[in-house]
Amino acid sequence: MNGTIVIIGGGQAGAQAVDTLRREAYTQRLILIGAEPELPYQRPPLSKKFLSGELARERLWFRHRGFYDEHRVELVLGKSVTGIDPDARSIALEDHPLLRYDRLLLCLGSSSRRLACEGADLAGVHYLRDLRDACALQSEIRPGARVVIVGGGYIGLETAATCVKLGCSVKVLEMADRLMNRVVAPVVSTFFAAEHAKHGIGIVLDTRVAALAGRDRVESVVCADGTVHTADIVVVGVGAEARTDLARDAGLACDNGIVVDEFCRTSDAAIYAAGDCTNHPSPRYGRRLRLESVDNAFEQAKTAAQNMLGGSVVHDRVPWFWSDQFDNKLLIVGLQQGADRTVVRGDPADRSFSVCHFAGRELLALEAVNHSKDYMAARKLIAERARLDPDRAQDPSVPLREAT
Amino acid sequence: MTKVRFRDADGREREVEAPVGISLMEVARQHGVVGIVAQCGGACACATCHVYVDPEWTQRLPPAEDMELGMLESAWEPRDNSRLSCQITMTAELDGLRVTVPAEQA
Repeated sequence: MNGTIVIIGGGQAGAQAVDTLRREAYTQRLILIGAEPELPYQRPPLSKKFLSGELARERLWFRHRGFYDEHRVELVLGKSVTGIDPDARSIALEDHPLLRYDRLLLCLGSSSRRLACEGADLAGVHYLRDLRDACALQSEIRPGARVVIVGGGYIGLETAATCVKLGCSVKVLEMADRLMNRVVAPVVSTFFAAEHAKHGIGIVLDTRVAALAGRDRVESVVCADGTVHTADIVVVGVGAEARTDLARDAGLACDNGIVVDEFCRTSDAAIYAAGDCTNHPSPRYGRRLRLESVDNAFEQAKTAAQNMLGGSVVHDRVPWFWSDQFDNKLLIVGLQQGADRTVVRGDPADRSFSVCHFAGRELLALEAVNHSKDYMAARKLIAERARLDPDRAQDPSVPLREAT
Repeated sequence: MTKVRFRDADGREREVEAPVGISLMEVARQHGVVGIVAQCGGACACATCHVYVDPEWTQRLPPAEDMELGMLESAWEPRDNSRLSCQITMTAELDGLRVTVPAEQA
């Protein structure tokens, strides 16, 4: 590849692409543009160890500044891209000269879905997506604060656990009839609901937020059934949407994310995309996916980088996810859509168990609660499309890979 | 300053400074040590920061907890001296620690 590669986005995907490009011996001009002033950093700790104060800001960085200097990576940080011109292969930025590219990689990420109800923009209402969000929330958290979390998904529950640790009084409001309902089996929802309740967190299910109320700042959350929850702080975690504005304005195909092929190429041959912002085909699952995960950002960025240099690597991975809540680790591998049988290995009362999702004899996905052994075994088994005996898999004394 | 040595699968060694209080994985990542992928960033969720600890050091590290042992079982070519570098916190006592990075990660 001759010329200049530009990466837009300093998250997991952007950082990984830099790494892969230089390791693949790409020696020419490499520019990484980040809208935030920070060096590329990891987001997962924002709701956990960074929010709790256990992890200093510098420990979020993927690499120190010296790494970028050493690898001749030009960092353009704290500058927003205002437009991409695919015909001229140029990028317009705020307060920065036009940049030209020969290959462009979009790692635009996703943004928090906003509450649309009355009072949603009151002070004291927080989202948790980037470092600035986390610092803003952190600056308001104090012992005794009443925190109401809207949304019982990963972000909401991780934040709830951290706030309790910091001495807050916490409630979680969830629209569905169970926690994390889109990603875990009911038995896992029940386990985590009990863990949160044990730590004094009030879990309210089947509830819809109608409005946020307050004079100068938020004072309460009003639910559709009329229930009012007093709040000093509200944290909203109701999902995310792919950031596609730049791509759409540049004329790239977008449909619930930037549409890419299995090589991470967009509808413009010189532009690639990776991470949360993409809608990508999955050969394994035979359908298009849009995933919000570190793993997907990492793997797609690696694939995109190799292909930008002339490779023809297909992105076809088994996705995996994790969440830390109190001292519990939830590990998920695979996607459970299409499963026709679910078996539980072990007893949730032991605080270590796993849930297998089968389609016939094929293991499609596994959720492990404090059970890294089953999780790691499942990563291999799912990748190999191994056939197991679901009845045998039900016996936790039989190692998963021997349950054939 | 505390120092540690990373040896790659071909035997090439690299000595780097390792600030006390951070994990061995973070040390590797800061210095761009090849082969320490650390996808999950230290959450003990991916087993891609796997290292082989030199025999004279294995007993001087705090033992691995169940979660780490479970991850290591299916890591790439695990051995008795396998550890996840994200679970090793640097202390002054670990000055001179020497580990080998596997040829591949999970």
